[in-house]
Amino acid sequence: MPVRELDLDLEAFEGPFDLLLALVLRDELDLGEVDIAGIVLAFLERLAEREELDLDACGEFLVLVAALLELKARALLAGDEPDLEDLDPAQAAEELARRLADYRRIKEAASWLVDRLDEESDRYFRIGPAPLAPRVERKLASQDPAELGAILRLLTAEPPAVSLAHLELRFPPVEQFLGRFRSLLARRSRFDFDTEVNGLTRVEQAVAFLALLELRKAGEIELSQAATFAPIRVQRKTETKTERKDTWTARSA
Amino acid sequence: MDRPLRLVAANPLDRLARTLEALLVVASQPLPVEELAEAAAEDSERVEMALGLLTERFQEGRSGIVLEQVAGGWAFRASREAAEACSRMFERPVERGLSQAAMETLAVVAYLGPCSRPEIARLRGVAVDSVVAGLAERGLIAEAGREEGGAVRYRTTPLFERVFGLESLSVLPRLDDLGEVDDIRERLESLAEKRPA
Repeated sequence: MPVRELDLDLEAFEGPFDLLLALVLRDELDLGEVDIAGIVLAFLERLAEREELDLDACGEFLVLVAALLELKARALLAGDEPDLEDLDPAQAAEELARRLADYRRIKEAASWLVDRLDEESDRYFRIGPAPLAPRVERKLASQDPAELGAILRLLTAEPPAVSLAHLELRFPPVEQFLGRFRSLLARRSRFDFDTEVNGLTRVEQAVAFLALLELRKAGEIELSQAATFAPIRVQRKTETKTERKDTWTARSA
Repeated sequence: MDRPLRLVAANPLDRLARTLEALLVVASQPLPVEELAEAAAEDSERVEMALGLLTERFQEGRSGIVLEQVAGGWAFRASREAAEACSRMFERPVERGLSQAAMETLAVVAYLGPCSRPEIARLRGVAVDSVVAGLAERGLIAEAGREEGGAVRYRTTPLFERVFGLESLSVLPRLDDLGEVDDIRERLESLAEKRPA
């Protein structure tokens, strides 16, 4: 009994076994659709009709079916799933059995749906977009045009000018204090800074202090203080330094 | 028809039934009891009683319009005896020409949904992109959010339940009850017994 002539009558395929193999190898038949248990049953049924056991046929059949099963398993496990080779044989067999069982159940469910659709083929009903739900009306308070006008007038009025005076810092020129301190030192050999700037604004006091630092840098004066935060004492430098004062004035001129 | 309709005409429940009848004839989708109750400004219990009245009135053999509970709500459909006439006038585009692959995919989504294309593909062992797109176009499945990985998930639609005449997905038979695996085992065993040892 040549295995290749085994006649098959499956859901996905009808014909001799060798044609099935050829179609599968040429990718013209999806093995996923082929019921391999059906092939085994067909072979066993044929075998049962015979008196004696054809060992050659059995061996050939086992090899072919094993190959088919492997092909089908690979097809079912295709994708980014771990390969069967990554699992140990027992795990792989278990995983494969589980997936095949899942798939078989899905096929059963699909055939139940097919039957159901057949039973329900005489159902006619309206299909269409649902009528629109009524638009929710938004309630507004009663409106008075004069009131609206008054509010709009408020919006169109020129806003009051904002004073920026507080942002302006008026710095008097440092020269002003340089001159003032020099003339003071021409008359007196020393003076008290705090007393001199008393009554000036903070900004003016700060500029006066800058002038003081300039004079000190030029070597025209000496500064001293009895203690931290004590009044600053300003003293005119001795004559030896006046030369430097001249050079500084010349440079700065 | 033997019911004397005049006697119930003044009944307030019958008035509610007429209101529901009107709502159902305008609707193009099954209406759940809660929605009917809201539209009719009545409580759900009375709406259900009125629907009972209507079910009796609109039933096979008594009316060309049949009231049925389907897809989680109530809807009118044509009576089955008028199906032949309907078929001469109307198409059934949603279910025409559904392939085996489409039915299997539909089964996966109905039983395991919401699920993504990779999940369906893993179960069926083949790519399902075009099948899923086709089912979505027919309106039998629809997108239902995304997986953590970003793949779109699908579920079946109320239209699916309506086309297949299902009250809800819970009336689908359990998957375990469907298996034929035991049957194959039995056939193999009976063959094994037949063989001489």
